[in-house]
Amino acid sequence: MPNPYAASATASAVMATVRGGSGGPKGPGAPDDLDVSGYGAGVVLRRVLGYVGPHAWSLVLAFLLNVVSVLLQLYAPILVGRGIDRIVAARAVDFAALAPVLRELVAVAVVAAATSWLAGYLTNRLAYETVRDLRIDAYDKLHALPLSFIDAHAHGDLLSRVVNDVDQVGDGLLQGFTQLFSGIVTIAGTLAFMFSISVPVAVVVVCVTPLSILVASLITHFSAESFKAQQGLQGRLSGYAEEMISNQKLVSAFGRQRACVGEFSGINDELYGVGVRAQFVSSFSNPSTRLVNNVVYAIVAMVGVSAVITGFPSALSVGQVQSFLSYTNQYMTPFNQISAVVTQVQTAFASARRLFALLDATDEEPDAPDAAELADARGEVAFEGVGFAYDREKAARGELLLQDIDFSMPAGASFALVGPTGCGKTTLINLLLRFYDVDRGRIIVDGSDTRRLTRRSLRAAFGMVLQDTWLFEGTIADNIAYGRPDATRDQVVEAAKRAHAHKFVVQLPDGYDTVVGEGGGMLSAGQRQLLCIARVMLADPAILLLDEATSSIDTRTERQVQRAFDEMMEGRTSLVVAHRLSTIQNADCILVIRDGRIAERGTHEELLARGGFYAELYRSQFAE
Amino acid sequence: MKRLLKRFLPPYRGRIALGVCFKLVEVVFDILNPLVVAYMIDRGVGGRDAGLVLRCGLLLVLFAAVGWSFTMVCQRMAAVVSQATGTDLRRALFEKVNELSAEDVDRFGTPSLVTRVTNDVNQIQVAVALGIRQLVRFPLIAVGAMVSALLIDWHLGVVFLACTPAIGLVFYLVMSRSVPYFRVMQRKLDKVSLVTREALSGVRVIRAFGREQAEKDRFSEAASDQAQTAIDVGRLSSVLNPATFLVMNLGIVCILWAGGIRVDAGELTQGQVMAFVNYMMQTLTSVAYIANLVVIFTRATASGQRIMEVLDCVPKVTDEGNRRLALSGGAPAISLAGVGFSYEGAKVPALTGVTLELGRGQTLGVIGGTGSGKSTLARLIARLYDPTEGTVEVLGHDVAAYPFDQLREVVSIVPQQASLVSGTIRSNLSWRDEGATDEELWDALEAAQAADFVRAKPAGLDEVVEAGGRNFSGGQRQRLTIARALVGSPRICILDDSASALDFKTDARLRHALRERAGAMTSVVISQRVSSVMHADLICVLDHGRMVGLGTHEELLDGCPLYREIAESQLGAKEVA
Repeated sequence: MPNPYAASATASAVMATVRGGSGGPKGPGAPDDLDVSGYGAGVVLRRVLGYVGPHAWSLVLAFLLNVVSVLLQLYAPILVGRGIDRIVAARAVDFAALAPVLRELVAVAVVAAATSWLAGYLTNRLAYETVRDLRIDAYDKLHALPLSFIDAHAHGDLLSRVVNDVDQVGDGLLQGFTQLFSGIVTIAGTLAFMFSISVPVAVVVVCVTPLSILVASLITHFSAESFKAQQGLQGRLSGYAEEMISNQKLVSAFGRQRACVGEFSGINDELYGVGVRAQFVSSFSNPSTRLVNNVVYAIVAMVGVSAVITGFPSALSVGQVQSFLSYTNQYMTPFNQISAVVTQVQTAFASARRLFALLDATDEEPDAPDAAELADARGEVAFEGVGFAYDREKAARGELLLQDIDFSMPAGASFALVGPTGCGKTTLINLLLRFYDVDRGRIIVDGSDTRRLTRRSLRAAFGMVLQDTWLFEGTIADNIAYGRPDATRDQVVEAAKRAHAHKFVVQLPDGYDTVVGEGGGMLSAGQRQLLCIARVMLADPAILLLDEATSSIDTRTERQVQRAFDEMMEGRTSLVVAHRLSTIQNADCILVIRDGRIAERGTHEELLARGGFYAELYRSQFAE
Repeated sequence: MKRLLKRFLPPYRGRIALGVCFKLVEVVFDILNPLVVAYMIDRGVGGRDAGLVLRCGLLLVLFAAVGWSFTMVCQRMAAVVSQATGTDLRRALFEKVNELSAEDVDRFGTPSLVTRVTNDVNQIQVAVALGIRQLVRFPLIAVGAMVSALLIDWHLGVVFLACTPAIGLVFYLVMSRSVPYFRVMQRKLDKVSLVTREALSGVRVIRAFGREQAEKDRFSEAASDQAQTAIDVGRLSSVLNPATFLVMNLGIVCILWAGGIRVDAGELTQGQVMAFVNYMMQTLTSVAYIANLVVIFTRATASGQRIMEVLDCVPKVTDEGNRRLALSGGAPAISLAGVGFSYEGAKVPALTGVTLELGRGQTLGVIGGTGSGKSTLARLIARLYDPTEGTVEVLGHDVAAYPFDQLREVVSIVPQQASLVSGTIRSNLSWRDEGATDEELWDALEAAQAADFVRAKPAGLDEVVEAGGRNFSGGQRQRLTIARALVGSPRICILDDSASALDFKTDARLRHALRERAGAMTSVVISQRVSSVMHADLICVLDHGRMVGLGTHEELLDGCPLYREIAESQLGAKEVA
């Protein structure tokens, strides 16, 4: 179920709220459609492995190579010990026996290094390929979701699922598991090798193990707590800095710098206290591990060397003591590694849940199986008793944002929508293009209910210019040709000329090949809008939807654009949402929307003569 | 980076020295350990002296315990110094950002400034902490182990002199190739984010044009590109650990063979060969840590540069040395003489040669298209920028002569972008006057046509405002920002195209309310709508930075063709005539 959005206000308020990045208030008792509670660890793991599927052989190979490499790396200290045992004292060095041991050590070192590198490389590749596949699926999902979902969820949150969460899954569930696995193999291998040399000394080491694990887990526990506090404050500080720096001009225009710095310093000082604590607690980890290591080292040295001297508790050679000491030196490492990886794996599970919740969200209802293609649209549009609310629950209760919308536009007619902000004008466009589906009544285009047409062919019949201009990162030419990627450069230039965009485009550093940034960065709002108009001009649709399209354009250019629009509107159906009364005086019919209904309709003259709401609106323009 | 450390570390000099000294003790113990074990074996085993073994063992335990407690002192110092440096840096940066002129902020860009205050400072913090904890430790262990080895037996020590540079070279080769790649990888990940963000922000356009598949292809390409780079980097950097292991063991093979010869000759003992093996392990592990430090310091240096860029920036607009001015009665409210302004790096001035005078209590209308210089004019009067030519006077004084506090009291501005900050309606409205009474706030809300919807809120003035004011509609936000500017009775109020989200009726009521205050307040109304400015006492018509008309509505209809054209286009030819 798409998330019902408590749209008490208006479409544009919904948009504003959503853009602002909040999830917005949810309807009472609304099911959270990104609920992650249903994903057990097993389910998550199975699904991640599903993505690994195509690369299963490299996963298996990586695991095998890991085992080989870890065991060989553990075998090396034994060889070193044997070598040392051949070097007893002056004139007592057995070179004949030393040579094969060293040859073996060289071979072990080479093979261990090679297998370790190959295992690392395979795991790495596997992880990134899986990440790529997951990411592409997550992204594709965004295009399959209904608009209500995209509008109702903070974009930052969705973005973070596609980018960060997927990375976490790659790091934690793939690389993390490999590390976990080799950590376990290391511990098991070390124990096995130690027991094979001397059971009593091995028992001494094993007895100390719980102590080391306890120390490690205590530190992890305490540092996790203070890290959480630190992260919380860090987040607050970033949030405050972000808000104030983005309003810096405002802050300085109101002389609020001192108050601002004061508040910032408050959070900053708090962060200092928490930060010192978090950092200090976590910095116990390495020295304490070394402490435990060193103590174990000392005990092993004592017990080992006395065993060499006395043969108690078991006979031991000096070389074997050396092997033991090597093991104890690195004995704690896998424990530390594992506890670090466990946290990482936990984070990865949380991320995987968020990711799969997104992947499992309900798609936009597919086109009806017998949906027809709308080809060569004539442009007849009719609303029949249309009612709609963004909030699913309100819709069910009949509290509609728009209701009883009834009108019919013959092909080629130009209609204008007028009304106070937030009366639902933009919503009509959402419904026409089937970004949302109507709750009551139906919308007819060229005689067919729009729900019986494929969305693609329906949308192709429309050209829209929205209040929020959207340009993607690419050249000006690509942006203009967005609706018709096969257009030639001449066609692009022609469209730009007709939209009066050509003049400023050629003044840009690289003309039509100038790359414009996200949201059109270096262009003014008016210029961005002109490009969007050019885009629609090039697409040449049957029906035009203009949402306050001309509100921020250079006043003089606006007249020329208006003229161009007039020409384009010739023979096309058009629906214009605008505040500016002058631009709609020529409309064939003006629909005055108020409180979600059509309050008045007629031509400019008719409505003025009637002396109703429209006339009042119109006169207020000239009011002193 | 050096300058940054020079500026921010000195207060903590003592603690840094303390931390480093305590760390040294642990390093010394680390280097002594293998020697003690060698002694244990040579004397203990040779002399069959169990008591000696026990004493040596206890000495090792003592080393461990003392080493630990000394290190913890160092860790404490590192935590305190690094966090304190970070805190000082953040504060200095944030203060600086607040002093910067609008132009400087534009040049850096908001996201970049936020990153500098947060991430970049964190990088420095990490580097300072690791610098105290490890910068001394690992190089000293590597050098100490090598020196001890040479002292025991310089013949065998030669093996160290060969292995350490060898592993150093491996690290250098791998890292010098892979580190630059990390930046490339970040850039490619940024591209992935960008395409995703665009898919979300442009969802309507993408679907309207049916371009879903093309966008999917674009993303797939970006994601694959990023994955390929990550795989390439991974292939390279996964060489490091195996290479260290290989070199270490080859070194041990050499030590055992050469050591065997030396022991056989009676020059060396078995225990000493063991010490060599242990030193070899210590040295090579230290090299790996040093490599890690290099990466962290490289990153921190880049961050340091970015931080210094901000700290070094001299604000373009300052009020240094300005004293509070006595405001006399006679002078006009606003007087501009030949005012012009060019944005940095712009070829064409944004504003040029604007001269006008506005009496107190009057209303100035400013009209013009996008890019005509309207907002620039507003910013010059409020002294967010300094004009590049001419002078701006307010109440008889050059705006540059006012202390900022006084200028902000006198001039208030409603910016084009209606933004509020998180807090409550009350906290947002009291920006100009912390002590404003409820009565004053309601009065401002009434004038701004915002009283009705605020009254309808359950918590009234204490209604929560979320960041950016996103829990209010565009029109509501705009009216709240107008109210905010009216609190604290400004002498001059500038409305920079701030009625655009209001419908005509609300706009008309707002104009009416402002007019009622005219006795005390001079208004500057900037707009693209003729209806918003047509009743002003004086209208200034701007076109591409030039003033092409100045006068009343009627005068301009006759004398200014551009104004006439705009008026006819917006109001209809009949009404204008």
